[in-house]
Amino acid sequence: MFFDHIMTASEPVEGTNPQDLSRRAFLRASAATGGGLLMSIARPFPGHAAAEADAFAPNAFMRIAPNGEISLIMPQIEMGQGTYTSMSMLIAEELEVGLDQIRYEHAPASDKLYTNPALGFQVTGGSTSVRGFYVSLRQAGAAARMMLIAAAADTWHVDPASCKAQRGVVSDASGKRHLTYGQLAEKAAKQPVPADIPLKPNKDFKLIGTPAKRIDVAGKVNGTAMYGIDAKLPGMKIATVAACPVFGGKLGSLDDSAAKAVKGVRQIVRIENAVAVVADHMGAAKKGLEALKITWDEGANAHASQTDIVGALEAASHRDGAVGKSEGDIDAGMKGAAKVVEAVYQLPFLAHAAMEPLNCTVHVRKDACDIWVGTQVASRAQATAAEVTGLPLEQVNIHNHLLGGGFGRRLDIDSITQAVQLAKQVDGPVKIIWTREEDIQHDVYRPYYYDRLRAGLDASGKPIAFHHRVAGSSIVARWIPPLFKNDVDFDAVEAAAGPYDFPNLLIDYVRQEPPAGMTTGWWRGVGVTHNAFMVEGFIDELAVGAGKDPVDYRRSLLGKSPRAKAVLDLVAEKSGWGKTMPSGSGRGVAVLLGFGTYLAQVAEVSVGKDGQPRVTRVVCALDCGVVVNPDTVKAQVEGGIMFGLAAALYGEITVKDGRVEQSNFDSYQVLRINEAPAIEVHIIDSQEKPGGMGEPGTSALAPAVVNAIYAATGKRLRKLPINTDELKGA
Amino acid sequence: MPYTLKINGTDHQVDGDSDTPLLWVLRNVLEMTGTKFGCGAALCGACTVHIDGVATRSCVTEIDNVGTAAITTIEAIDATPAGHKIQKAWLDLEVVQCGYCQSGQIMSASALLASNPKPNDSDIDDAMSGNICRCGTYVRIREAIKQAALSGNTNERRG
Ligand code: FES
Ligand code: FES
Repeated sequence: MFFDHIMTASEPVEGTNPQDLSRRAFLRASAATGGGLLMSIARPFPGHAAAEADAFAPNAFMRIAPNGEISLIMPQIEMGQGTYTSMSMLIAEELEVGLDQIRYEHAPASDKLYTNPALGFQVTGGSTSVRGFYVSLRQAGAAARMMLIAAAADTWHVDPASCKAQRGVVSDASGKRHLTYGQLAEKAAKQPVPADIPLKPNKDFKLIGTPAKRIDVAGKVNGTAMYGIDAKLPGMKIATVAACPVFGGKLGSLDDSAAKAVKGVRQIVRIENAVAVVADHMGAAKKGLEALKITWDEGANAHASQTDIVGALEAASHRDGAVGKSEGDIDAGMKGAAKVVEAVYQLPFLAHAAMEPLNCTVHVRKDACDIWVGTQVASRAQATAAEVTGLPLEQVNIHNHLLGGGFGRRLDIDSITQAVQLAKQVDGPVKIIWTREEDIQHDVYRPYYYDRLRAGLDASGKPIAFHHRVAGSSIVARWIPPLFKNDVDFDAVEAAAGPYDFPNLLIDYVRQEPPAGMTTGWWRGVGVTHNAFMVEGFIDELAVGAGKDPVDYRRSLLGKSPRAKAVLDLVAEKSGWGKTMPSGSGRGVAVLLGFGTYLAQVAEVSVGKDGQPRVTRVVCALDCGVVVNPDTVKAQVEGGIMFGLAAALYGEITVKDGRVEQSNFDSYQVLRINEAPAIEVHIIDSQEKPGGMGEPGTSALAPAVVNAIYAATGKRLRKLPINTDELKGA
Repeated sequence: MPYTLKINGTDHQVDGDSDTPLLWVLRNVLEMTGTKFGCGAALCGACTVHIDGVATRSCVTEIDNVGTAAITTIEAIDATPAGHKIQKAWLDLEVVQCGYCQSGQIMSASALLASNPKPNDSDIDDAMSGNICRCGTYVRIREAIKQAALSGNTNERRG
């Protein structure tokens, strides 16, 4: 997802460079318990030099059982992005098995074994899966295949080079003798890991680059797929919770007599800032919760308002920020400009509203704690449970599940901490389910951003100086403090100058947090989604000001970025850019570089007399380097566009009296099928390093849409969600 | 009070307040977790089941109102011709992403197809706009319904 920049910053994305010997040295093989072959990829612990042998711990990744079953233990969790399939394709390609021969398991919690090398703990950032593992997984598959072939050659006393592997079976030169991987697994485990592991040249790929069928979908069309919310345990109770609706507030007094009288209610559990009703089923728990008479101790934020929050951000945007990037001389550039243009762009707080509401099942005993949940950060879940229960880490077991949507929400563990605090007081396993209202009102919100953009233009209208000041809260400082350096949130300023080349550039960042207790966090596309809206809207203004076509104008600023230019040209061609549209309709464009992927979109929008915009068609062109699964790439763009469009049209969380005003899909609207545009995705054939695809489809959508609205109506929108009042009669 | 619910052809005895939503009887009491919880307020469609063949939001359906009607859930939709075709089209076109909404999508789509073997775009909008997919699989949902419709006669119950 959004760790790509961290990955690339602290560890080069694994290239296809055969000289990359360090990767090969990390492979380990051993005998699996119960027989069979276990392949591991050893990763260095953060802070240890690669040369220290004991600084490596192999993560069990692939197991070939004597019965031939090939299991992959997925270090990255599946949340719809198709990572289980892509990871399996990388292994299967080199192992010479079919995807249908592979089954997956979720990895248990362990920083030691499943650490993300760049961050130093176990975390799934979707778009990093392929980027981070492109070479090492293929090497693991190739090494295993070579060892299995060597085991067969040993058995037959022939040269391994004369043997062939196909669909999990090794055959000799005559084609008459065969041994299956299952038969060979135990013997293969005793073979040395090859010193030299040649990988297939791209032209020989059978799986990589094909639209392979996903391995996680069968159970998702017949109701058998297991999400965290589906965990079933003997004697399990169901609970639902209400936390203080005012940020930072606490539970005051409570009258639970009516709640206790509800049939099926078993117990009322309190913690400092919340109360939960434990019952036989969710119907009773909800009814019990409604029957509680709660007085909240609202605390310092009782009167916090949206106006105050935005006011504080506005004030922050006037302060000089910490320098995120500086090139040339911004002051001289502005001074020498024929004209200086300035604009303020704003983005609202957003909730995630993943379809699976937050939930967590916990069973606390004296000597152990088990947790059934869907999380992107299994080891953080383990750590918080250990802290709350006082148990050592090894006595906390995380049973991870498929995620019913993540979008960044399940990178936080607040709901897991709360669940363990509640479950500690319950005898036996209890599943805590947040209602949708609770899920939206106690989300970890995408920050509100209040940005100032300024461009110094030459006589032709081309920017010679570009200043982007970002003001907003810092996710990085809260979520991964060691990476908050020099007062700059690297994510908040990511891609803050777009893919463009400006001779004089300043990007600065002013940190301004919302009221204590209101938490901000990752949201699909993060920094790139935020900055693409600001930059691509502003660039469009500059193009119009210069009297240039928006595509031509952008092209003139992309001299140093041929890949960006190529996607822009392709999207212009495929969308029919420049062709006339009916009155009240328009086309808008946006281009970006994010997560190692170049992507451009053209949106077609018509605006009714009532001010309602309708996005009818979105054309997307992208270059994400080598593609593992083109159908997954396409699906991610399609879904990303819908996600971005929901935010552009409706997404907004607002605060009144310290509370979030929205609560369910009526007040926090999302996109529905009748509003879905037609989508075309064009993928450039590329041999570049793989780029991330989970997010950029979302990031480009909103700017393309507001630029199309400008083309249709002449109204420039610098703030989301789209205000239809401004468009009435336009 | 005790109720007898006819679910996927089998009678189930359950006990609960008359206003208990069917969703929680299915998910928590009978442990049939294919039917999902998304909003609890008839706003998202994740909880869609068929009651006498009609797509119904189980989160707002009180058990007292079900009576002797036949309830069909995602676990048994494969046994209906329309459901079978919809599931197949879903797999053929790789509709699914996270999958959480898809039980409800498939239940709404199969009810549509069973009552209208050749739905056009606006029929699809009408039948499906109550089902939210946050992963945004709408383009493929539309295509899959059309593909399933092309695959032959769907408005007869199997067996
Ligand atoms: S859970 Fe029933 S419609 Fe959303
Ligand atoms: S597939 Fe994830 S919500 Fe629809």
